[in-house]
Amino acid sequence: MPEPSHVATDGRLAVSLQQAGPIPLDADFHCEAGELLALVGPSGSGKTTLLRAIAGLYRPARGVIRCAGEAWFDAEAGHSLRPQQRRVGLVFQDYALFPHLNARGNVKVALDHLPAAERGRVAEQWLARVRLDGLAGRFPGELSGGQRQRVALARALARSPRVLLLDEPFSAVDQVTRRRLQRELALLREEIRIPIVLVTHDLDEAAALADRLCVLHAGRSLQQAPAEQLFRRPASPEVARLLDRHNVFTGRVVAGEQGRRLQWGPWLLEVAEGLAAVAPGQSVSWYLPPSDVVLHRRGRPSRGERENPVQGRVVEMAVLGGITSVALAFDHCDDTLRFELPTHAARRNGLARGEGVGVSLLAAGIHLMPDAPVTHPESPHR
Amino acid sequence: MDWTALSVSLRLAGLTCLLLLPLGLWLGRTLALSQFRGKPLCEALVALPLVMPPTVLGFYMMEAFGVEAPFGSAWQSLTGSGLNFTFTGILIASLVANLPFAVQPIQRAFETIPPNLREAAWCSGLSPLRTLLRIELPLVWPGLISALALTFAHTLGEFGVILMVGGAIDGETRTLAIAIYDRVQAFDESGAAVMSAMLLLVSFLTIGVVYGLAGRRRWRRA
Repeated sequence: MPEPSHVATDGRLAVSLQQAGPIPLDADFHCEAGELLALVGPSGSGKTTLLRAIAGLYRPARGVIRCAGEAWFDAEAGHSLRPQQRRVGLVFQDYALFPHLNARGNVKVALDHLPAAERGRVAEQWLARVRLDGLAGRFPGELSGGQRQRVALARALARSPRVLLLDEPFSAVDQVTRRRLQRELALLREEIRIPIVLVTHDLDEAAALADRLCVLHAGRSLQQAPAEQLFRRPASPEVARLLDRHNVFTGRVVAGEQGRRLQWGPWLLEVAEGLAAVAPGQSVSWYLPPSDVVLHRRGRPSRGERENPVQGRVVEMAVLGGITSVALAFDHCDDTLRFELPTHAARRNGLARGEGVGVSLLAAGIHLMPDAPVTHPESPHR
Repeated sequence: MDWTALSVSLRLAGLTCLLLLPLGLWLGRTLALSQFRGKPLCEALVALPLVMPPTVLGFYMMEAFGVEAPFGSAWQSLTGSGLNFTFTGILIASLVANLPFAVQPIQRAFETIPPNLREAAWCSGLSPLRTLLRIELPLVWPGLISALALTFAHTLGEFGVILMVGGAIDGETRTLAIAIYDRVQAFDESGAAVMSAMLLLVSFLTIGVVYGLAGRRRWRRA
């Protein structure tokens, strides 16, 4: 993984944890100061366990956790700092506010390091910073979901943590509140220069908020990359599946007169990069982002149609407002090719279920995954 | 009115509460938070006085306090005096008889605290002791109060255990409940009536004060 050059490495959080059970873990990731890393994966993929391990609330069998040059956990050396010593700000999924303390009291709990006389004032400042001025006297039971989340965030930040951990912080609030809180988090990031680790199962949220995503499955970290790169270049069919990407196929690399091509059914596809690394004759999984599928207009051939033209049959058309999602089936394989286009374009082209259509698969979008096993778990080949 | 008996009763109930409070807190919290192999056995032992007939419990306590029994002889060699027919004897018996009344409400109260509140306190920098004082105790306060109320009221009314272990020695082991029984045996019904009314009043006041203390807090409204 290339190092982002624009951020300092001195506040970096580096995590490497392994254990066979009871919760299997095999995760390696890091997060720079000022960076927001999203841990994404389905339920049970170990996201929350990793967060708890960073906070010192869970002790894995093996591994190392370092933050800002200090070892927080080193299984081999038998070294593990207590949660109190690690200085983490943790926002729990259900916020875990103290019900018997008002908003000010909740934040004050995290301010024990200050002289008693200052705590109240500083707590109010933090509440004002998360836009809760005037609500300091309210108890958690008297606050809305979004307000509780802000109290939890203020409490997490009040201790000047060295890392901020957010466990599904937006899952318990309605859509409108979620958008607003997400916007506020994006703004807050500019003020706090510490690593922020966000656990979420919401890919859109992760893509919108995070600098990088770390894809987890069954405790394993599969790939870390910025969202755009992950969505266009998943490391394996498994990652593609976890990221809800369709369009994973299997082909074979062949050497022809014009150089190497990817043979997919009856077609020999041009591929912009990656072919050189695969020996001719070898099977390879490949992926194509839906954005790199171009529909051939009926009766109006255009220039782009010469690029990897393939013929398929419409098997599914789902109109989702202004966008229509189309799935094409092919005779040579079970997998369908999915792409989206504006609903008016689908209408104009007379797309309908059962119709045959031509599309171009853009060579620049075709992503080969030669290191991965060639079978796609969801659709075994005949 | 037997003021001496009332004073013995109040002293016994007060001391039982005072001594059972830390024990009940520790035991109740441990049973609520930890998982260990012998936990069901421990819980059964704590609950046992609840289901045992008081005379049976009293009988075994009396036997255990005897100088031939290991506990009784150890006590004798440590303190130089026996336990049967003494105030200390009925106090120890009362501690055992009231164990479930003190432990169970506290255990239930600790069980209702979500575990992540404790973790949130640790992440906020609170030590386990400060977490107990600032977060856990305020949250289990109602359970604590009901443990104290139950223990106090139950000790005031305890009869079988006290009679078996302590007899009815004036100023030492004759509690108000036993004095009432004595009066009835002596056909002094009016004396018994006055003392019964007194016990009723004290019990009612205790419970009233205690529930007033537990109170409905603002944060509980939600």
